[in-house]
Amino acid sequence: MKHLRTEPRLADPDALYALLMEAHRGLDDAASRRLDAKLVLILANHIGDAEVLREAIALATQRRNSGA
Amino acid sequence: MRFPAAPPGPPGEAAPVVVAGGGLVGLTAALDLARRGVRVVLLDEDDQVSEGSRAICFAKRTLEIYGRLGLGQRFLEKGITWSRGRVFRQDREAYSFDLLPEQGHEYPAFVNLQQYYAEQWLVEACEATGLVDLRWRHRVTGIENGPDGARLSVETPDGDYTLHAHWLLACDGARSFIRRAMDLPFEGQVFRDRFLIADVTMRANFPTERWFWFDPPFHPGQSVLLHRQPDDVWRIDFQLGWDADPEAEREPERVRARVAAMLGPEVPFEIEWISVYTFRCRRLERFRHSRTLFLGDAAHQVSPFGARGGNGGVQDADNLCWRLAAVLAGEAPETLLDGYDAERIPAAEENILHSTRATDFITPKNAAALAWRDAVLELAEGHAFARPFVNSGRLSRPWSGQEVAPDAPVLRDNMPDWLLRHIGADGSFTLVAREEEPPALPGITNILLADSPRLGALLDHSGLACARLGLAPGEAALFRPDQMLAARLPASAAAAILAARDAALAR
Repeated sequence: MKHLRTEPRLADPDALYALLMEAHRGLDDAASRRLDAKLVLILANHIGDAEVLREAIALATQRRNSGA
Repeated sequence: MRFPAAPPGPPGEAAPVVVAGGGLVGLTAALDLARRGVRVVLLDEDDQVSEGSRAICFAKRTLEIYGRLGLGQRFLEKGITWSRGRVFRQDREAYSFDLLPEQGHEYPAFVNLQQYYAEQWLVEACEATGLVDLRWRHRVTGIENGPDGARLSVETPDGDYTLHAHWLLACDGARSFIRRAMDLPFEGQVFRDRFLIADVTMRANFPTERWFWFDPPFHPGQSVLLHRQPDDVWRIDFQLGWDADPEAEREPERVRARVAAMLGPEVPFEIEWISVYTFRCRRLERFRHSRTLFLGDAAHQVSPFGARGGNGGVQDADNLCWRLAAVLAGEAPETLLDGYDAERIPAAEENILHSTRATDFITPKNAAALAWRDAVLELAEGHAFARPFVNSGRLSRPWSGQEVAPDAPVLRDNMPDWLLRHIGADGSFTLVAREEEPPALPGITNILLADSPRLGALLDHSGLACARLGLAPGEAALFRPDQMLAARLPASAAAAILAARDAALAR
C-alpha cells in the first residue's frame, strides 16, 4: 500500500510558494478559499489514492505540525 | 374523496395484526400481508388519502415491489418515467447523470407520481383482498406494549374502544404517536435551513428530467429543484435559508412571485400545494420492540434529496411482511423478526448517510463549506473528474448490504416476459436454476432458465438473465419471498437448498 510521502521532494520550493501567492493575488477571501479548494480537488484526483489522501488530511489536521 | 368512518370495534376485540397509519407505508404493508393471507386491521385517524403530492419519486426497487403486489402497471401507465438528472450552476449546466443506462428491466429508474394516486390504488387493492379491515377516523390514543402484543386505546367519532393487537405495525409517520407514547428516543441531526415545496399546475416545456439549480439567476444564492408529475403538475423546491420566516413564505402571493421569477412572466400557472420544511435525519435505535414494529418515517426520517423517505418505507414493508406472515403461519420462529432490525437499520443508516451528505452539499454550514461546494461546481463544468463530487441528492437505491433479484427480459412460450415477475410471485421462496431442472421441494417454487427453447422453462434469449444472476449451467439462486438473494448453490443440491431456506427462515 502506498503511503503519503513527507520527505522534501520539490527542487524549488520558493518558486512554488511564489506561484501560489501569485495565484491568490487580488482575490477576496471567498475567491481565495475557492482557489485553494479547487487546487486540493485537482491534486486529490491526481493522487487518486484514498489512503494517501486520508493520511494527508490527518497530517494537516494535527494540532501541532511539529513533524512525525 | 372521503372514506366513511368505521364503527368502533366490539368490546374485548383482538386482531392478529394491526397497522397503525394508512399512509403509503401502512397501506403497502397491509396489502402485502393480505396477499399472503394475513387478516389486517388498519387504523387511520383521517378519512382521506394524503393531501398534496408529498412523496413523488418512486424508485425502481419500489416499483418492483408494487409489481409483485399487482400495481406495477398502474404506476407505469399513470406515472412520469425518467432516468436523467441535470445540475445547473447559475445559468449553465454543470453535470448530468443517467440513473439506468442499461436496457432490459421492466421498471425504469424512477416514476414520478403524486402520493395520493398510489394511496388510492393501495386502498382499492386492500379492499379487493377482503382481508384488510380499513378503519378510517380511528385514532390511537394509548398503547400498552407487552410481550404478547400491544393493547391499543382507539378513539372514533362514535365512541372509544380497546383493541389487542397481537402484532402492531407502527406506520404513523414522522410524528408517530406510538413512538412518542412508548417514549422512544428519535435522535439525529436537524439541518439549519428551510425549504419551500410547491406543486404548481402549468403547461411547461421542461423535459422529463430532474433539474437542480445551484444559485440560479431567478433565485440567487440558493438552490431549486424541479420535477415533473402527471396531470401537468410540477414540483418545485426552493431553498430559503435558515432565516426565512416559514409563515410568510407560505403566503400564496409570495410563492407566486418566486414561481413567476423562475418561469418568466408569460407562463400561466396555478398553485396546488405549498409546504415549508426544515429537514431532519434521525432514526429509532431499534425498529422492533417485542411485537411492535416501526416502519417508514415512524422509524427513520431523512431529508428529501434522494427520494429515500417513501422508498425506504416501502422497502421496510417489503422486508417485514413475508417474515410476519411466516411467523403467523407457524413456519418460522419469532426471531425471524430480528432480521428486520438487522437489515433495515443498516438500510436506514445508509439512507441517512446519503441524505446527510447531499444536504451538507446543498446547505453549506460555513464559508469554508460554501467555498468547497462552489469549487466543485466551477470545476465540474469543464472537468469530468469533478462531476462525481456534485451532490444534489444521491437517488434511492436498495440497501447495498443485500442482493436483490435482478430483472431481465425472458421468453415464456415464445412471449416476452420478465424474470422478476416469476420471483416471489406466489409468496414463497423461489429457486432459479440454469439448464438443470432442480428437485421439487416443499415451500420452494422452481423456475428453470434455459439457454435454448425448452418446454416449461423461461428462455434466456438475450443471455441477460443468467449474466445478471451470475449463474453457470447447473447452478441455481435461491430467493426469499421478498426477492432478496438467500444463497447460490448447485441446482441439484436438495439438502443444501433446504438448509439455505431454513436459515433464511431463522429455523
